Amino acid sequence: MSWETVIGLEIHAQLSTRSKIFSGSATTYGAEPNTQASLVDLGYPGVLPVLNAEVVSMAIRFGLATDCNIAPRSVFARKNYFYPDLPKGYQISQYELPIVHGGSLDIDLPEGGRKRIGITRAHLEEDAGKSLHEDFHGMTGIDLNRAGTPLLEIVSEPDLRSPEEAVAYLRRIHQLVRWLGICDGNMQEGSFRCDANISIRPRGETRLGTRTELKNLNSFRFIDRAIRHEVERQIELVEDGGKVVQETRLYDPERDITRPMRSKEEANDYRYFPDPDLLPVLIETATIEAIRASLPELPTARRERFVREYGLSEYDAGVLTSSRELADYFEAAVEAVPGAAKLVANWTMGELTAVLKREGLDITDSRVDARALAGLVARIHDETISGKIAKEVFEAMWAGAGDADSVIEARGLKQITDTGALEAIVAEVVADHPEQAAEYRAGKHKLMGFFVGQVMKRTQGKANPGQVNGLIKAVLE
Amino acid sequence: MSLTNDQVRAIARLARLSLDEGEVAEVADKLANILGMVGQLQATDTTGVAAMAHPLDAVQRLRADEVSETDHREHYQRNAPLTEDGLYLVPRVVE
Repeated sequence: MSWETVIGLEIHAQLSTRSKIFSGSATTYGAEPNTQASLVDLGYPGVLPVLNAEVVSMAIRFGLATDCNIAPRSVFARKNYFYPDLPKGYQISQYELPIVHGGSLDIDLPEGGRKRIGITRAHLEEDAGKSLHEDFHGMTGIDLNRAGTPLLEIVSEPDLRSPEEAVAYLRRIHQLVRWLGICDGNMQEGSFRCDANISIRPRGETRLGTRTELKNLNSFRFIDRAIRHEVERQIELVEDGGKVVQETRLYDPERDITRPMRSKEEANDYRYFPDPDLLPVLIETATIEAIRASLPELPTARRERFVREYGLSEYDAGVLTSSRELADYFEAAVEAVPGAAKLVANWTMGELTAVLKREGLDITDSRVDARALAGLVARIHDETISGKIAKEVFEAMWAGAGDADSVIEARGLKQITDTGALEAIVAEVVADHPEQAAEYRAGKHKLMGFFVGQVMKRTQGKANPGQVNGLIKAVLE
Repeated sequence: MSLTNDQVRAIARLARLSLDEGEVAEVADKLANILGMVGQLQATDTTGVAAMAHPLDAVQRLRADEVSETDHREHYQRNAPLTEDGLYLVPRVVE
């Protein structure tokens, strides 16, 4: 039988605020345990949560960027469960009336084309603390610094049909939340996490099968692998006459398997009810419109503009708009050297990206800024230097040797364009290699590369390869 | 409306209340009384009335995103039976 995979994702994006969602505690990552946990975060009696305005505004930004409805009135609810890293015995979340609902985001399909993925809702909630199970004399250590950190939980429709689609969607959300400046997207530190709801059904069936929920997916690679494994497990189970049980499963990256987390008897019953400590949140149209007006040009629009305005390929435009900072860098460079957009794109995605990656730097920390890169590209564009020499110039610039023009000047890297001088070198090379010259004349034209190489060697790469080609031909043919 | 003993045990478990077997039936009766009262309320026609999320006719005030809390870990942890390296220690939780 042919099976169809159905996936929906729940993404938790930690909102990059200075303070927590309901208290004035700091949210800095990596602080000493429990030094950023106030009485509100610790769930002491008699304290009251007060909502952070920035959190509301960030949720609205996300909602507008995904064509969602922004609820004029939303309500916080208590989700009740007991766990030591949840001091109050409930998590403040949103249930029936989330702040954002009913939108969509387009993804690029692996096989080409686009697909619209529905976004059911995005609601605000607080994070729990952290449990450390390392050895504390057989006990568990609790760090409540993370308790009360603001999260936006983004729930998709079950519109995803393969692990590839799930990863493509996750990447688009990851790009978007960073683009909007509402989440740093750091998966290692847990500020961007994902749970996947997975089911299978016979192809052609329209009803949904029983789903399992996969937790603990904290890298793009794991997500792909974990979903793949879970789908295989479900298909094998059903084909062997078994039934999928609704349960939460954990992905174990070390053993590359999924295993059940909570048993069925403990089926979650969160007994949601409106939190009496918090009043309904009202959002006025004027507030929404002010935020809409402040939104940056969104990734898809910018990518399409890059194709239209700069003649880039879809692929290049996609890479250059993978982050807002990279897109800003590219555009700043292009503005400084108009007409050389493709060359700027190649240098940004090539040399620059490679060296940033090698040194573990962000584009905003680049030692060659956009204006400096444009200066280099301008010299390639006007043929002062070849692309090969440009790499040497770039390295020097990266090492702090100044701008492109001063490096070219100081090292005498200007291309030799004096035809007379080049002709002399070509004649010299041909004279030094009579055998190869004879072979070439006998029809072995592959040797052109050899002669060009020799000329380049003698000019330390400063000759224009096209010009050299022509000169060699003139001598040998 | 009545509750079965199993339902009472499940509710007690969710609330982490320990009930003696002897108490189960008594609690079931008490809860049934409460549910009976809720049943009376449910008899009221609420067509066209929006669900109330809060009894106060007021709107959530928002605070600016500023860090106003300082570290009082040492003070707060005096309430805890066991701490180590700044962590609260609890009986081992195994997932």
